[in-house]
Amino acid sequence: MNVHPYLLVSGILFTIGLIGVVTRRNVIMILLSLEILLNAANLAFVAFSRVHGNLTGQLMVFFVMIVAAAEITVGLAIAVVLVRLANKTEADQLRSLKW
Amino acid sequence: MNYPFFFYGFSALMIASALGVVLARNPVYAVLSLVSTLFALSGLFVLLQAYFVAVMQIIIYAGAVLVLFLFVVMLLDTAPETLFRVKGGTLRVVGALFGLVFLSQLVAAARAFLVSPWAAAAPARMPGTTEAIGKLLFTTYALPFEVASILLLVGVIGAVVLAKKRVP
Amino acid sequence: MVAGLLWIIPAAPLAAFFGIALATRKSRPLSAALAIGALGLSFLCALQVLLFSVHHDGAAIQASLPWVTLPGLSLELGLLMDPLAILMTLVVTGVGLMIFIYSVGYMADEPGFTRYFAYLSLFAFSMLGIVLANNFVTLFMCWELVGASSYLLIGYWYDRPKAAEAGKKAFLVNRIADFGFLLGILMLWSASGSNGAARTLNFAQLAQRLPSLSANGPLTLIGFLIFCGVVGKSAQFPLHVWLPDAMEGPTPVSALIHAATMVAAGVYLLCRTFFLLSAAPQVLEWIAVIGGFTALFAASMALVENDIKRVLAYSTLSQLGYMVMALGLGGYTAGMYHLTTHAFFKAMLFMGAGCVIHALHTNDIWHMGGLVRTMPATSAIFFIGSLALCGIWPLSGFWSKDEILTLAFEHNRILWAVGTVTAGMTAFYMGRVLCVAFLGQPKSREHHAHEAPLIMLGPLVPLAILSMIGGFIGIPHLLNYQAAGAHVEFNSTVALISSIAALAGLALAYRIYGQGFQPSRELQAAADPVVLLLRRKYFIDEIYAWINQNIQQRAADWMGLFERHVIISFCVNGTAKITGLAGRILRRAQTGKVQGYALTLLIGLSLLIYATWRWVP
Repeated sequence: MNVHPYLLVSGILFTIGLIGVVTRRNVIMILLSLEILLNAANLAFVAFSRVHGNLTGQLMVFFVMIVAAAEITVGLAIAVVLVRLANKTEADQLRSLKW
Repeated sequence: MNYPFFFYGFSALMIASALGVVLARNPVYAVLSLVSTLFALSGLFVLLQAYFVAVMQIIIYAGAVLVLFLFVVMLLDTAPETLFRVKGGTLRVVGALFGLVFLSQLVAAARAFLVSPWAAAAPARMPGTTEAIGKLLFTTYALPFEVASILLLVGVIGAVVLAKKRVP
Repeated sequence: MVAGLLWIIPAAPLAAFFGIALATRKSRPLSAALAIGALGLSFLCALQVLLFSVHHDGAAIQASLPWVTLPGLSLELGLLMDPLAILMTLVVTGVGLMIFIYSVGYMADEPGFTRYFAYLSLFAFSMLGIVLANNFVTLFMCWELVGASSYLLIGYWYDRPKAAEAGKKAFLVNRIADFGFLLGILMLWSASGSNGAARTLNFAQLAQRLPSLSANGPLTLIGFLIFCGVVGKSAQFPLHVWLPDAMEGPTPVSALIHAATMVAAGVYLLCRTFFLLSAAPQVLEWIAVIGGFTALFAASMALVENDIKRVLAYSTLSQLGYMVMALGLGGYTAGMYHLTTHAFFKAMLFMGAGCVIHALHTNDIWHMGGLVRTMPATSAIFFIGSLALCGIWPLSGFWSKDEILTLAFEHNRILWAVGTVTAGMTAFYMGRVLCVAFLGQPKSREHHAHEAPLIMLGPLVPLAILSMIGGFIGIPHLLNYQAAGAHVEFNSTVALISSIAALAGLALAYRIYGQGFQPSRELQAAADPVVLLLRRKYFIDEIYAWINQNIQQRAADWMGLFERHVIISFCVNGTAKITGLAGRILRRAQTGKVQGYALTLLIGLSLLIYATWRWVP
């Protein structure tokens, strides 16, 4: 079975997510774009699992999803605290690490 | 079963929704676009005979994670942002450009995959069922499974600790 | 077994130094006992080694500890005992022992009694180290240590500004000389490696390699540089300026260091390196000339000196000049002979002067008088010492000085004339001191001269005996176990002329100062400028001060400018400023915007992928 198209699609999805991370200014939007990145990776994993004929790739996807869930939880909690404390939702206004 | 039709359909839907996520100004629209992306992705998973993963995608990702996102978006009540402002605009243009550069690299990588030895050796049918995955999960990958559950516990505790309002 | 004895000789005083410094600081009797006991032990060991050596026909014994052993560099700490070293060791330990005992009496009222003995022991250790060293490294280390001990002892009364100045002066002048010495040693080191043999500074090995040395290195220059060290340590012209000022230290110190031993270290060094110097005859010429000149020069300044210690200091300078001159003329045996006898009577003279100073609390001879009646024993000793110094037969000084003069007579008539005239001047100034201080009426009324205590007189007796019989105990015979020195045959003409000169000097002194003969007014007026020149020590101190102020200080100021502007401002501060500037520029990458960092990551990743694609096969 030809998985080449799936890889291309995964790549396009990844790029979209990447541009989203770099470009968006709202913190929540960045996290969303991050999700797209993860999902693109998932697609690639599953495609390769299909290529090799064993389930390792899919198990990888399983764990990625778990970790993504945990990460999103903590990330959103941080975003909430950040917005509550600094009263800013824009990523380029959070600059206290500047020299 | 018109396989290419489903493939193109789902891919187009997915990419369009992803663009929607990235380009939308209203956060709620963005989240809903993401939901659509995840559904389409799930379809692609089914095409790849990874049935368990597909269902899990819908239940966990689209069901739990994005609901959480929605809750937080509505909690924060952010205003729709303007996508490009003058200040910091250069950064974004550069970012977009390099994104495209990266894409070209990925495409090249995929093309290289075509000529690689694995390309032609895919088996006809795959055991993507729950039973197969379950077997693997509880034997070979039992330890990562347990560790992942601890990870989730840590995440939950972390989130509670972080977001809790200090009692004065 | 003998090697063990050899190690004890320098080790005992060193142990005494540490013992006093660390343990017995508070206890006077213990400190003195420790110092005297250690030196006594060294003396006994030296005697034992003497017997051994005589028994074995003067064979040399070596004992050495390897210190640094690297492929290109190997240094050792070693001792060498040959007849030359044995003689010198006996002089140092024997005379030193007498002085140590004397010091117990002399320094009895001093608060820093234990400190004094600690320093003395340190000095004894370093002096014995010089004498027994078997290579230049050990010798140089002990050479410097001796200079340091001398500094500590000259400036013993450190709250007296003059004493502190004198100590500094001694050390600095010696440092200048030692710079030349060190250069000579280093040049010798580099010239000593040849035919695949490792470079060495060991005396015996250098002696074996002498032919190749002269081929490899400028032996004349090396010899001259080594002589530089001698000029400083033995206070030859032009580095003689520190010795008269060194009289600020306690009298026993003057006796030990600045009469008998340390200043003689230079002469000893010349003997040790005689094998080198005899291969460079030009250097020997210079050595003889400088020695002769110093002898005359110093004697002239002693003629008008009123401080009894300074008279003796100039006398020491003069006699050192004799010794150096002897070595320059090739008289290895003569030089050492005179060194030995000089140690006996000069130490005794200093200690006698010390008795007088201790009793009268003054150094000025014009404040003394009639000591023959009030301090008979001291006077007798002083007389014996003076006569020995003047070279009156049959005292020891006659024999040794005569050997030198005979040598000069045979090789260089001019130097012989200089030597004879100096002998006359020596007699004159010693006679002057004797007449003014010892004969006549007591001048001082506040302090009544009383005879010195036994502990101070006792040590002088053996020295007096040795001064009298020193000519007959066969010192040259001992030295002639080593083939180097040629024994000089007794020349009655020379002996007669020198005796006449000495007696004439004494008679003249008695006429002027004993009987009160006043030269005519014209003669006095004519002599006045000469006297001024002599009194002001030929203005040499002023000349040196001018040189230091105008030349050395100016050069130092220029160097300081260079250092401040080029090295500090440019190099050091410049480096700091460049670093700061770089930091300020690079700091701008830290914008604090996370997305910027993510973008950087993306760009880096793209570049990396591209690089891997293109350049990795």
